[in-house]
Amino acid sequence: MKLDAKIPPGPLAEKWDNHLNTIKLVSPANKRKYRIIIVGSGLGGASAAASLAELGYDVECFCYQDSPRRAHSIAAQGGINATKNYPNDNDSIWRLFYDTIKGGDYRSREANVYRLAQVSANIIDQCVAQGVPFAREYGGQLANRSFGGAQVSRTFYARGQTGQQLLLGAYQALQRMIAAGKVTMHTRTEMLDLVLVEWRARGIVTRDMVTGDVRSYAADAVVLASGGYGNVFFLSTNAKGCNATAVWRAHKRGAAFANPCFTQIHPTCIPVSNEYQSKLTLMSESLRNDGRIWVPKEPGDKRPPNQIPEDERDYYLERRYPAFGNLVPRDVASRNAKMVCDEGRGVGISGLGVYLDFRDAINRLGKKVIEERYGNLFEMYERITGENPYEVPMRIYPASHYTMGGLWVDYNLMNNIPGLFVIGEANFSDHGANRLGASALMQGLADGYFVLPNTIGDFLALHRPDGLKADRDEFRTAEKEVKDNVKKLLSVNGSRSADSFHKELGKIVWDYCGMSRTREGLQKALSLIPALREEFWKDIKVPGDNEEINQSLEKAGRVAEFMELAELMCLDALNREESCGGHYREEYQTPEGEALRNDEEYAYVSVWEYSGEFSKPIFHKEPLQFEFVTPSQRSYK
Amino acid sequence: MNVTLKVWRQKGPHQPGGFVEYKAESIIEDMSFLEMLDTVNEGLIAKGEEPIAFDNDCREGICGMCGLVINGIPHGPSKGTTTCELYMRHFSDGDTIVIEPWRSVAFPVMKDLIVDRSAFDRIVQAGGYISCKTGSAIEANTIPVPKPIADRSMDAATCIGCGACVAACPNGSAMLFTSAKIGHLSLLPQGKPERFNRAVHMIEAMESEKFGGCTNHGECEAACPKSISIDFIALVNREYMGAYWTADFE
Repeated sequence: MKLDAKIPPGPLAEKWDNHLNTIKLVSPANKRKYRIIIVGSGLGGASAAASLAELGYDVECFCYQDSPRRAHSIAAQGGINATKNYPNDNDSIWRLFYDTIKGGDYRSREANVYRLAQVSANIIDQCVAQGVPFAREYGGQLANRSFGGAQVSRTFYARGQTGQQLLLGAYQALQRMIAAGKVTMHTRTEMLDLVLVEWRARGIVTRDMVTGDVRSYAADAVVLASGGYGNVFFLSTNAKGCNATAVWRAHKRGAAFANPCFTQIHPTCIPVSNEYQSKLTLMSESLRNDGRIWVPKEPGDKRPPNQIPEDERDYYLERRYPAFGNLVPRDVASRNAKMVCDEGRGVGISGLGVYLDFRDAINRLGKKVIEERYGNLFEMYERITGENPYEVPMRIYPASHYTMGGLWVDYNLMNNIPGLFVIGEANFSDHGANRLGASALMQGLADGYFVLPNTIGDFLALHRPDGLKADRDEFRTAEKEVKDNVKKLLSVNGSRSADSFHKELGKIVWDYCGMSRTREGLQKALSLIPALREEFWKDIKVPGDNEEINQSLEKAGRVAEFMELAELMCLDALNREESCGGHYREEYQTPEGEALRNDEEYAYVSVWEYSGEFSKPIFHKEPLQFEFVTPSQRSYK
Repeated sequence: MNVTLKVWRQKGPHQPGGFVEYKAESIIEDMSFLEMLDTVNEGLIAKGEEPIAFDNDCREGICGMCGLVINGIPHGPSKGTTTCELYMRHFSDGDTIVIEPWRSVAFPVMKDLIVDRSAFDRIVQAGGYISCKTGSAIEANTIPVPKPIADRSMDAATCIGCGACVAACPNGSAMLFTSAKIGHLSLLPQGKPERFNRAVHMIEAMESEKFGGCTNHGECEAACPKSISIDFIALVNREYMGAYWTADFE
């Protein structure tokens, strides 16, 4: 496998501009002759679909929901980072770049991250012009707040619904292009395979989730914007439908998968309350601006929180990380929550929780200010738990939230399969081993609005439109495989539901490839998962038929892919014998219990190549070069 | 707790439907309403029966995908709450709960509790946007937006497009949905250039989608999980009239 990241030469600050000046263009008259498929309609997919259609390309966009507006980007609460430096607190492109590289524990590419920081300010301009109602100061200027992993206030927000507002901006731009006839939208349609013709991505096979109709679409390029694989854990903050089928199918067709073990466990989620729970709800990281995190000093202290006196509370993040306090990055906050719970100091019935307390902020600022800042989050918490966070501290615990790993891409966001582009959470490119808060929205929109619309032209200019039709053998073969797989799922007629397998898989991955990992644990997972996979294909029960809405069939298909992906995650985690960011191997820690990186041996991107159902994937390395920053032990003290 | 469910089951858009009774047993208070349905479905799958089909996705009240009429009320008895955020602690042991899909001519049933809400997308296509090509935006702070205006626009923009307003309206009107989108965009200075076209075209699109007219029942506001005010309907009526008075639309 040839992996060329295609990083442009020259000084860091000039790479993107030089690249833009030298890549090829497609003339306006020719753009309409190219068809581009986009899978997914979240921030990445919708912004790319709208932008490419505005440029003149012929776009086909697919989503599994009933409307593109429902993609899970919508659930992002806290905000989006950008280097506007409106608060005059000495922010800059360099600082956002540096915070992101450092936050990612030096496991991302300098050039990609710098470009992300460069275009961040344009995103805010674009969103404001579209009518995104960001929070404002009384003078009418845009407001900012702070977020984890940064010492400047660079986060723009729209109450606790920043994701929804940004997505509506992109969705509206997309709807405008649908009305103009430049985008054909396929809702309730799931991509089930990628089609290659002469080692180039030329289309996809989909299943219509209403009629069961399996059919192919051909194009000049395929863009995957299908999100992350956090639902591999079953319990996560992802939407129920989020799945890895598109990226995993592409992987099985030859697309390299990078850093699958880099998953983010978000520190502030509502703890699991019972075994029937179907998902976990995030409480925005922005709450850590005003909330103080603590547990009782004594293990087993079961007193209600308000009866525990000040000197018997341990504000452990403020104690251990005085410089960043409650605003340490997510991986650090999550790991510390696990540590105090492992010591028996966790709170709530399960003992798996820590307090996030607003008492001091309410005393300092008044209830009204807190209500204005976090009102809808407090309401959400109360609805779910039945407790009033204005009066008793919230209980929070880490949960699977985001996946930094994903399909490998070069600087142009193109995979090793020519013509296959991957954007947003579905790729691996910008967040290294840990993503900072408010950076996912930034990356999705950077890729879709400003990077891909330029870089895809460089590829298309070299590949003239040939009007390929979806009736070639390659499409027919892939369609047959998809249909056979559907038939197989429907015909096992075993005794267990897809959810029951998914829950069991999720527990294995959470226990052995979650917040902390060990060699023994990963080896155990690597024997448990294939056994579960075998049982799945013997005992799965899918009622109903293909030719109708069949949610059991949809779930079963997704769980089958998650099983395979989970194995690769564990394999990758086992290979990476160091701790970095969200990947914490217990064997590799500093005396203070912090992640201990090994830059000598592991300063690389792990890249996996599929080699068949029963053979071990082939491992490749993309070395990471740090020319402009010097990797150091991350310190938030 | 144990509850009895009366659930609307309908195999497909062209087959007749009817209520089927199910027992939901050993339900715990901390389960969400949809988790209660999940457990009923697990029981059905174990018996080899088809589970109850219902739309859902984020399960945190923001994607707008879920929506059931519960005991006659869209999204159930809790105010300002989506179906997925409704918890079983709001019900009592022995309750009978009637579960139906959104009822509206413009939202045809596809299967069981799933309806087709694509009409909402078509209303947005008629003008629910600000035309601004990627790359053509000016520096964000060059357009000051007074905080009260930004806040009011945001109040409208919180609409999640779930369709509860339509399901609640005796006329099946989509006026609250349409007004929320028009209000969000037309209040902002960026949305002013297209305000009259937007109002006229979106309302025309709404009418062509078989939604009924608004006669000020206010049921929509009561059912809205984001508590969007019907004041926006008044605002849109003014926008619409303004368009005709000034004849400033195409």
